[in-house]
Amino acid sequence: MAKHDTPDLGLTEIKRSNESEQMKAYLSRRYRFSASHRLNSASLSIAENQSIYGKCNNPYGHGHNYTLEVTLSGNVDRQTGMVCNLVELDRFIEREVLARYDRENLNTLEEFNQEVPTTENLCIQIYDLVHRGFTHAHLETVRIEETMMNSFEYWGAAKPLF
Amino acid sequence: MVYLTRKAEFSASHVYHNPDFSLEENRRIFGKCNNPNGHGHNYLLEVTVKGEVDQHSGFVVDLKQLKEIMQREVLDAMDHRFLNKEVPEFMHQIPTTENLAIVVWQRLAPKLTKAALHRVRVYETPDLFVDFYGEA
Repeated sequence: MAKHDTPDLGLTEIKRSNESEQMKAYLSRRYRFSASHRLNSASLSIAENQSIYGKCNNPYGHGHNYTLEVTLSGNVDRQTGMVCNLVELDRFIEREVLARYDRENLNTLEEFNQEVPTTENLCIQIYDLVHRGFTHAHLETVRIEETMMNSFEYWGAAKPLF
Repeated sequence: MVYLTRKAEFSASHVYHNPDFSLEENRRIFGKCNNPNGHGHNYLLEVTVKGEVDQHSGFVVDLKQLKEIMQREVLDAMDHRFLNKEVPEFMHQIPTTENLAIVVWQRLAPKLTKAALHRVRVYETPDLFVDFYGEA
């Protein structure tokens, strides 16, 4: 049954890649990280900041357990059955995203020197990181749940699927 | 156009292994999912259909019929099964979540007459899911 000495798994032969059989699928993976932030814009007065950001403007900041959802698309590889290798994706996100943001104060990071670390802006930052650095599949969207009640989604230049 | 989503849960086991690859390649590419005796998941399936609302019934689709089709085509075939051996499609392709979503689509699409299949979403775990829209 197999070219190599393999256990009897019921797999006889994997179908070969065929252009006409290409199927496009969307893979979504969720990760968690915890960070703190304070929403305060240097271009606004103290009173304006308080009025716009409310509790989120409290002077010492506060934290969230964020959930990050990354959606990638591509044709399903016949030999592996995958859009992209999950181990590689996990390794990339761990190294480039979670190591950067987990247990950090977002306001202290370079990308939030000039920008307010809202979850909108965080979505855009992470989208850019993944879009630039992970090339094994096409990044569709980055979605972040700030709390169970709030979520934000960035699709780059693409039209959302929903 | 109105979209309706029905969920179903099933539990199954699988193993990722491609006989064209060496044992080392299988281990490298598939990692833990290549453990020789397989492993299982509680899968959550979300089937979304779309259509116009019927003037008389107020339905996009008869939910009872959709439930029956999902039961017959997917759950009866896959629930509490070893996907590699017991689901014919997976004798020739690896039962990844991607392929599972495609197979579910291929099983359901021809059976739906009134409403059209819009999306099949399969959650392998709460942190990993695949969407298939029938795009080839």
